[in-house]
Amino acid sequence: MQLVDLRGVSCPTNFVKAKLALEDLENGENVQILLDDGEAVKNVPRSLKADGHKLIALQQVGEGHYILEVVKNEE
Amino acid sequence: MSGTTHKIDLNNLKAGGFIKERGKDLFTVRLRVPGGRMKVARLKQIAEVAGKYGGEFVHLSVRQSIELININFRHFDDVVAELGEADQKVASCGARVRVPVACGGCEYNPNGLVDTQHSALEVDEKLFGIPTGHHKFKVAFAGCPFDCPKSATNDIGFQGAILPVLDKTECISCGLCAKNCVPKAIEIGADKKPEFISEKCIWCGDCLKVCPTNAWKEQKRGYTVRIGGKWGRNPLVGTLFATFLPEERVVAFIETVLAWYKEKAETFGRIRLGDVIITEGVHSLLELLRKEFPDNVVADTIPPQIIATQTGIHL
Repeated sequence: MQLVDLRGVSCPTNFVKAKLALEDLENGENVQILLDDGEAVKNVPRSLKADGHKLIALQQVGEGHYILEVVKNEE
Repeated sequence: MSGTTHKIDLNNLKAGGFIKERGKDLFTVRLRVPGGRMKVARLKQIAEVAGKYGGEFVHLSVRQSIELININFRHFDDVVAELGEADQKVASCGARVRVPVACGGCEYNPNGLVDTQHSALEVDEKLFGIPTGHHKFKVAFAGCPFDCPKSATNDIGFQGAILPVLDKTECISCGLCAKNCVPKAIEIGADKKPEFISEKCIWCGDCLKVCPTNAWKEQKRGYTVRIGGKWGRNPLVGTLFATFLPEERVVAFIETVLAWYKEKAETFGRIRLGDVIITEGVHSLLELLRKEFPDNVVADTIPPQIIATQTGIHL
């Protein structure tokens, strides 16, 4: 599965980069997105959900980072 | 100067919105922009009139109106006529219900929980300009508890709210809701499911927005209502009087508060609502509101809170 590393990328650039990464996938494909703690992990999942994508899981990795797993779902 | 060459409709003046400037004969014309939303066509028309009769700039007021600057009072009628009278009434000054302020609301702002634009237009249409018998009366609508419009600094402040409830069977234990909850009203329990600590919740709805499976649901939606705020020389922050007030009851709620405020006018004279509540106590207003809004009025409250903005002064 593809891993998109968005550590150190601030809002809303991280969300836009996540969108661009999802554009390269087919509907139903999964992607993992590596996010910073704080604003990033609060905002990016919510915005992806609002775009219609399906959030599968959120897992903390090490100190201060999260992996969000998303299934692409674009109308 | 005979004064007969220009006939000025003084009714325009009485309506308010014409504000004396420093310069001789010059006035500011305050235009009504309820909720701060303006159609582009109207903006163009205003720009044209401002360019023709006003100075080099307009001023965007703190309460979202556009003010035409340096208008000679002899041009009042022309300005009013050329603005297109029907939908461009000037805004009020004085002891009246003012034009309501609102954030962008819920149509395009992802944080918005209620349609503040609709509420602002409705209040403007039904209550704008009503004399209070006391002092000015300001209303503001915030779409969510982030409260960009600072609703509690108004005589009545409305703040969009959602009461969440969890369906545990749909929860996948991702923890995003707890992660997102700013006031820490959600904690992950031993069973890896969220636990809701209702007394900490500020009703922002972030848990619903982030939940991947929509396990968090809306139990109630409406306005949190705070009363008695103001800013200025002696700032007060309004306090909680009602929760989850349905959007369609906003006008009736304001009318009830106005009736109470007006009733006190003879005793108190020119003072703001918050100062009346401080003198009079919260209970008679609370009970009057409870009769009409029993499902929404809080069990008890405190008077508007004085903000000590002068503390630390050296004399």
